[in-house]
Amino acid sequence: MATDAGGTNTETQLSGAEVLLRALKDQGVEVIFGYPGGAVLPIYDALYQQNAIRHILVRHEQAAVHAAEGYARSTGRVGCVLVTSGPGATNAVTGLVDALMDSIPIVCLTGQVPTHLIGNDAFQEADTTGITRPATKHNYLVKRAEDMARTVHEAFYVARSGRPGPVVIDLPKDVLIGRAAYVPPATTPHRSYRPNTTPDATAIARAAALLKGAKRPVIYTGGGVINAGAAASDALRRLVRATGAPCTSTLMGLGAYPANDPLFLGMLGMHGTYEANLAMHACDVMLNIGARFDDRVTGRLNAFSPQSRKIHVDIDPSSINKNVPVEVAIVADAGEAIEALLAAFEADPQTQDRAALAAWWQQIDGWRGKDCLRFTQPTARGAVIKPQYAVQRLYEITRDLGRETFITTEVGQHQMWAAQHFRFDAPNRWMTSGGLGTMGYGLPAGMGVQIAHPDALVIDIAGEASILMNIQEMSTLAQYRLPVKVFILNNEYMGMVRQWQELLHGGRYSESYSAALPDFVKLAESFHAKGLRAHSVDELDDVIRAMIAADGPVIADIVVDQKENVFPMIPSGAAHNEMILGPEHEAEAAGITDEGLVLV
Amino acid sequence: MTTTFDTTIRSATISVLVENEAGVLARVIGLFSGRGYNIDSLTVAPVEDGRGRSRINIVTSGTEMVIEQIKAQLDRLVPVHRVADLTQQGPHVAREMALVKVICAGDKRAEALRLSDAFRARVVDATIESFVFEMTGATDKVDAFIELMRPLGLAEVSRTGVAAMARGTRTI
Repeated sequence: MATDAGGTNTETQLSGAEVLLRALKDQGVEVIFGYPGGAVLPIYDALYQQNAIRHILVRHEQAAVHAAEGYARSTGRVGCVLVTSGPGATNAVTGLVDALMDSIPIVCLTGQVPTHLIGNDAFQEADTTGITRPATKHNYLVKRAEDMARTVHEAFYVARSGRPGPVVIDLPKDVLIGRAAYVPPATTPHRSYRPNTTPDATAIARAAALLKGAKRPVIYTGGGVINAGAAASDALRRLVRATGAPCTSTLMGLGAYPANDPLFLGMLGMHGTYEANLAMHACDVMLNIGARFDDRVTGRLNAFSPQSRKIHVDIDPSSINKNVPVEVAIVADAGEAIEALLAAFEADPQTQDRAALAAWWQQIDGWRGKDCLRFTQPTARGAVIKPQYAVQRLYEITRDLGRETFITTEVGQHQMWAAQHFRFDAPNRWMTSGGLGTMGYGLPAGMGVQIAHPDALVIDIAGEASILMNIQEMSTLAQYRLPVKVFILNNEYMGMVRQWQELLHGGRYSESYSAALPDFVKLAESFHAKGLRAHSVDELDDVIRAMIAADGPVIADIVVDQKENVFPMIPSGAAHNEMILGPEHEAEAAGITDEGLVLV
Repeated sequence: MTTTFDTTIRSATISVLVENEAGVLARVIGLFSGRGYNIDSLTVAPVEDGRGRSRINIVTSGTEMVIEQIKAQLDRLVPVHRVADLTQQGPHVAREMALVKVICAGDKRAEALRLSDAFRARVVDATIESFVFEMTGATDKVDAFIELMRPLGLAEVSRTGVAAMARGTRTI
């Protein structure tokens, strides 16, 4: 038996790359989204010689991260990415920040030049751990092959536990070639990182008492409920029904509570519904579960929900009292906290003021009567398609079909119309770039969703500008026969930019026109996909049906009204009760203050 | 009922026990610069050799809300073991060391030496034209000494920043 100088059995030793793959397998990785290069060749060589892990070759590293995000968000598992050193790593940074802002668990493996060349400005060298430090939840540089297994196991633990997020492992090439023994995942707790998931009983009792004594309660939920798993969404439904309180959701939380339930007020915030925002403004007790009082949600902070006593459930203590001071803070997993709140609510000795709750609902129903998401779709033959109508028909047709449907989006007006008019009744069906607002997210994210759910219907609701930011991934769809449908609301403008220029910058449309667009039908065909186009309202349903019926990828170019704006809207720097409901109130935006103008 | 944030600015001496690993200081500093927090002083050194831990002492200032944020943000860094707000926890000792070079002659030289004695500073280097004083104490005492040396020919200052811990039996 061969032994090395240290007396270790070299036959039981593997290369660093082999240890890496074995660790990934033990962490449950089935798919890696990646792109090869010089520094990661040993990993690609090891991948070639095994069948446990499937590699999806993307066309740009940013897309690899978004694909892993789509995979992670639609499954609740950790998404895995593999890129080379230098430009491979820097291209991945946008995806990493996107995952950081939206709390998506990702492990991203980056190649690195050999340890002896680090710092020498070697070919394709970048200070990846330095660059990604503020772009990740945590990152590692593995300097010895014997640290490989432990580091990979720890990275997966960090990525998925507590508030999930992206983790980078930087892998110098000599470490991938060096030999070491494999070490299975440890059962001992992490030395320093031990996030708390169990709620404090006293805080739960105080929160339950506030809720039970409330006359005008609101439950406001976010992505934390989705991240806490399907059981948390189920518990939320029971809590909302037990309290009889209205429920609203952030962009990230859509689907945790069924959109078609009468207790659901729709999305809140800048483009949220009138009833959700006014309920937030007028409530006396607010329960925030897994949301972070983001500026898109609160509007002007000093006018945010002025009369309410606030309860905040978040797994990340740094989210509490960051933007909005709260009376009861519960640092816990959303699912555990909801179950505990439900039990404490039932146990609380107070009698709920049903009459006050009924009056509150009457007030809310009055706001609902504004029908704030209404739009008028002309029905004459040849009439131009309203983008809202396109989303509404897409929703209705897919709903009636009964197929499991996942929606991804790019960023902009189409994203808001999708959030407003596509009604989600289950969690993990909606993937959108919320925090970072990354144009180009939807197509690669859809790819990742389709890999995880090969038989599901996956649709990227896109804009003609956003889709061009990662259009190269059409080639990946073709290679792996991924039948993702790209549903472009084509208004020939960066619509949200155009909308702000119209409302806030005197209609000076500086650089927001999408000039020299490709012919999306021919573009689809050149990528071996099907191209469809709807010019007018009478063509819309046929195009949607043909898109869904196609067994491969499709680009459906939906030519929509160029001047449509997203309403309702809380202009920047305004309060919840200062919403613009529709075009008839657009003049109100002109009164925006200088403080409002500096906000994004 | 509305809870509001106190807008009073206070100073906070925060001690952080961290895993002694590559990049941990960069993480802490990056957090302060990335989120726009102040660093008035920062010290770092290994403190538990056998267990591979370092202690970082940070003196910062901000509203109560900002300081709570700083502590929460520090605490969620993966290699951070413990975060202690010494200012908030109660009585604590905070000391720093300064090397102060004074170049002077004649009466000023005598006065510098006399003041250094009053401040219990030690002379660690002397030439015909200069002194280097070593002084240890609370930040305001070091500040006061330096101010006194200014008219006497203050030439250079090197300070360590604050090392701090709670008084009594309490540990981090």
